[in-house]
Amino acid sequence: MAKSKIESDHGLNVRMFVTGLLLVVLYLIIVTVLLRVGVSLGFVIVIAAALMFSQYYFSDKIAMFSMHAHEVTPQQEPKLHEIVDRLCLLANMEKPRVGVAEMDIPNAFATGRSPKHAVICATRGLMNRLSDEELEAVLAHELSHVAHRDVAIMTIASGVGMLAGLVSRIAMWSAMFSGGGRSRNGQNIVLVEMATWIVSLVIYVIAYLLTMALSRYRELAADRSGAILIGKPSVLASALVHITGDMGKIPRTDLRKAESMNAFFFAPALAGGTAASLFSTHPSLEKRLDQLNKLERQLNG
Amino acid sequence: MGFRDALFGRTKQVQPKLDSLFALSTAALTLDTELDLVPSGEAGLCFKSGSGESTITTDAEVLELLNFDETDGKVSLSTDDLGFKWLVIKDSDIEALVTRIHGANTSMVENGLGPRLLCAVFGFVPKAPPGEGSVRMVYLLKQGTFYPFAPTGPNQRDNELELRVRSFLEKDLPIEKDLSRWMALWNLPVN
Repeated sequence: MAKSKIESDHGLNVRMFVTGLLLVVLYLIIVTVLLRVGVSLGFVIVIAAALMFSQYYFSDKIAMFSMHAHEVTPQQEPKLHEIVDRLCLLANMEKPRVGVAEMDIPNAFATGRSPKHAVICATRGLMNRLSDEELEAVLAHELSHVAHRDVAIMTIASGVGMLAGLVSRIAMWSAMFSGGGRSRNGQNIVLVEMATWIVSLVIYVIAYLLTMALSRYRELAADRSGAILIGKPSVLASALVHITGDMGKIPRTDLRKAESMNAFFFAPALAGGTAASLFSTHPSLEKRLDQLNKLERQLNG
Repeated sequence: MGFRDALFGRTKQVQPKLDSLFALSTAALTLDTELDLVPSGEAGLCFKSGSGESTITTDAEVLELLNFDETDGKVSLSTDDLGFKWLVIKDSDIEALVTRIHGANTSMVENGLGPRLLCAVFGFVPKAPPGEGSVRMVYLLKQGTFYPFAPTGPNQRDNELELRVRSFLEKDLPIEKDLSRWMALWNLPVN
């Protein structure tokens, strides 16, 4: 891949490095714990690696399938392809495949194990809601994910978390089955293994939180690169305002055609507000807008 | 829907809630003072036509049931391209409109058409210039809640204006809290 014209941000780089470093430290702790417990290290790693690799290798297919997205040709979606074409020329990167998900929720995603196998996908709701300029900004953000190889990085990061999860399960198993008291102080061994189990559980939670933090930094980095690529951070900001928060929730679906028609003709199923997710993969809208505002000032100053 | 209904796969048909309808006249004053939006003089009642439940099937029968005289040009009944019937009432006085819509609802409920009612819509237009940035207040009869709908094109709606309307009317009306229920009504016959 030719070097993309997307500049880096030092502050973000440092934070990402620290997060990555912490993940590696965690990995080391896990390996030590594993060896202490005495599970066959090779077995654990083979399984974890196989799972991780298939998740990584088939990332495009998994994501497209779970979002009900399908690939589109330039004839089917000329506008979408044209925007992606121009952005790829601008960023000097290979054009990814382009897909559309037929859903009303405004969203876009990029996936695929490498820039060569990347797919960039927008939902119908996104295309209906945004102006061409705003759509371009969102696609620039997604292309930055491709250029940053975020699928590979997030797979590695979450792989460590998965490994920690495995350790906690295996430790629990050995605690249950080795409690027979073969050695002199069997009681102590059980206690040690119970402790291992608790430690790995804590590690799992921490690894998870770190992965989420890393994901948020990657989002901010993609916002930044996308905004620089189109040269107008304010357009990306306005697109974000239109698709996240309250405005993104207002549907374009017709009341008379709504699939959840039952909800209107019959008793409401489940009502009530949705709880804001505590461990979010995306930074808050305020944070993203704040960064884009700063960029806008830098570009204009 | 209760647990036992879910267990046995039963759905109770829901009768419309009409109590909050009258709150609209107060809301109309707020819309006038805060957003310069005045009633357009049109209101509509949308329901799904169907067989069974009641013998009323033709348009004439519905009009007769509602005791409306179609000849004065103030009431019309039409079917849209999605197969829903719209009873459109014209009256410059918002209170009269609310009363007539309420009356129409009540008679439909009395004749077993209650579960077929979808929504009531009231049109609001800006004082000047006319036609730009109009808002419909949609009343979800089953939920008993209102929400604004501001279409700007065949598949476009002005979310900013809708959220602004909500911020002003929150005290006057029971506004639908779940934004995903703020469904669009494209090409509706109520102006």
